[in-house]
Amino acid sequence: MEEFSLSVAAFYFMAGLTLLGAGGVVFTENIVYSALSLMVSFFGVAGLYIFLNADFVAGVQVLVYVGGVLVLTLFAVMLTHQIAEIEVSNKSVGRVPALLICGGLFLVIAKALRGAEFFTTPGGQVSESSTYGIGNLLLREYILPFELASVVLLAVLVGAVVLSRKEVIAPDGTPVPERETIPLTEGQRVMSSPRAALAGAAAKQKVSDV
Amino acid sequence: MSLWAIGAVKSLLVLVFVLQLSAFLLWIERKGSALIQNRIGANRANIFGVVPFNLGFLNTLVADPIKMFTKEDFIPAGCDRFLHALAPFMALFPALITFAAIPFGDSIVLGGETVELRVVDLDVGLLYILAMVSMGVYGAVIAGWASNNRWALLGSIRGSAQMISYELAMGLALVSVVLSYGTLDMQDMVHAQGRTVLGFLPAWGVFFQPVAFIIIFVAGMAESKRVPFDIPEAESELIAGYFTEYSGGKQASFMLADFAEVVVVAGLVTTLFFGGWQFPWLAADGFHLPLMGTIEVSALVVTLLQLMAFSLKVLFFCWLQILVRWTVPRFRYDQLMDLGWKGMLPIALANVVFTAALILARGEGS
Repeated sequence: MEEFSLSVAAFYFMAGLTLLGAGGVVFTENIVYSALSLMVSFFGVAGLYIFLNADFVAGVQVLVYVGGVLVLTLFAVMLTHQIAEIEVSNKSVGRVPALLICGGLFLVIAKALRGAEFFTTPGGQVSESSTYGIGNLLLREYILPFELASVVLLAVLVGAVVLSRKEVIAPDGTPVPERETIPLTEGQRVMSSPRAALAGAAAKQKVSDV
Repeated sequence: MSLWAIGAVKSLLVLVFVLQLSAFLLWIERKGSALIQNRIGANRANIFGVVPFNLGFLNTLVADPIKMFTKEDFIPAGCDRFLHALAPFMALFPALITFAAIPFGDSIVLGGETVELRVVDLDVGLLYILAMVSMGVYGAVIAGWASNNRWALLGSIRGSAQMISYELAMGLALVSVVLSYGTLDMQDMVHAQGRTVLGFLPAWGVFFQPVAFIIIFVAGMAESKRVPFDIPEAESELIAGYFTEYSGGKQASFMLADFAEVVVVAGLVTTLFFGGWQFPWLAADGFHLPLMGTIEVSALVVTLLQLMAFSLKVLFFCWLQILVRWTVPRFRYDQLMDLGWKGMLPIALANVVFTAALILARGEGS
C-alpha cells in the first residue's frame, strides 16, 4: 500500500475531477451543462499533466481544449435554435446495447494498456521543463507527422470556408446570386436617406396645403 | 512550512494589488473621462456635509461597492438559476488569477531564503497567461445563455466571436515574442530586458518587437471588452449586452472583471515589452548610468525601486487604456471582424515569419 501523502491526495482529487466531469457529460440532459462538465473534465486532465511535471502539455490542454474547442462548441450550441429543448440522447437503440458496446471498448482499451510498455526515466529523474524537449522532438524527430497534421488542419479550414460560403457557383462557372434584390419600399427609402425624404414630404405637404 | 507561508503572502499581495487597482481604476475612469470630456466628474461626495473638500475618491472606493453589493439581486424568472449564479465567478476568476505568472520584482533574499517576487515560478508562464485569457470568454457566454434574454444572448454571441478572433492575433504575436526571447518564462524575459543596447538604450522588448507590442495591446483591449471593442455590451444596441439581466453584486463582479482584465493587459504589456520591473540602468548593485559611471545603491532600495517601476508602468498602461476608451468610438461588427481577421492576423503572421527569418539569419536558431 502506497504511503498516503499530499501528492497522492492531489492525484486522486484530479482523477476524481476528471471522472466526475466525464460522468456529467454523459448523464446530464442539458447540452450546455454537458459542455461545462466537459470543461471540468479537461481541467482534471490538465491537473494530472501538472502532476506529471508536464506543465507545457497542461498549458496547451487548457489553451486548446478549454479556451478553444469548448468555446466553439458553446458558440455552436448558442447559435442553434432552441437546442436546450431538443432531446440529445438517442433513445432508439436502448441502454443494454450501449452498455455492451461501451464495455467492449473499455475491455479493448484496458487490454491494450496492460500490454503497453511505458517509458520510465531511471531513478525517478524528471527534467525541469518539458518545453525544450517537446519543441526539439516536434521540430526535429517528428517534423513529418507534425507538418502532416497541419496539412490536415489546412484541409479542414478550406472545407469550412467552402461550406460556409454564401454564393453558389453554377456548373458552368457563373455565380448565382443567392436571393433576388428586394425593391426599395417607401419606408426603406425614407430610412436610407431620412433627411431628403422628409424634406421632400414636407415640401409636398406645403404644396397641397396651398 | 515557510514555503507555504511565503506563497500565501505573495498570492494575497498580488490579489489585493489587482483588486485594489481595479477599484481604483473605476475612480480614475470617472475622473479621467470627465477630464477628457471637459466635465468635473464625480463631485458629489462628502461625509454628512461636514468635510470641506471633495471626497470623490472615497466615494468610488467605499460607497460604490457597498451600494452595489447591498442592492437587490434580481434573478429573472426564465433564467437558468445555477448558471446565472455561476457566470460572474467564471468572469472574475480567470481575470484575477492571470496575474499569478507576472513577476513584479527580482528575487530577493529573505531570512536566508531566496524569494522570487511572483506568485508561481512557472516555466511556461506565457502559455499560462494565454490559457487564462482564453478562459475569459466563459463568463460572457454563460451569462448570456443563462439569462434567457435575447439581448444578453446576442451580446454573448458577439463576445465569443470577438474574443476568439482576437485571441488568434494575440497568440501569433506572442509567438514572435517567444521567438525573440527564446523562453516562455516571464522572469527570464524580464531579465533579458535588463541589459542596454548601444550603450544607453534599455533593451526593452518594444524596441525589438514593436509590431507585436501594438497587436498584443490592441488584442488585449479587445479581450477586456471595453470601448472601442465593447460590442458584446453595446448599451445603445443591446441594453447592457450579456449582463443585461444582472444586478447588484453580480453585476459589480462583471465590472470588476473588466477592470481586472485592464490591469492584466497592462501587466502583460509591461512585462513583455517595457522591461517589467526593470528600472532603466539599474542593476542589482546600483545604477549604471551611461557617460556618468556607477552609483551604488543598497539591495533594499533596488527592490523598492523595482516594485515602484513595475507599479508605475502598470498604472501608465491602465491609464493609456482608459484614454483610448474615452477617445475612440465603438467599432461596428464588420469593422471589428475586418480589423481582427484581415488586419491584425496577417500582420502578426508576417511578423512571426520575419522574426524567425531574422533569428535564422543571425545564426541563433540552432
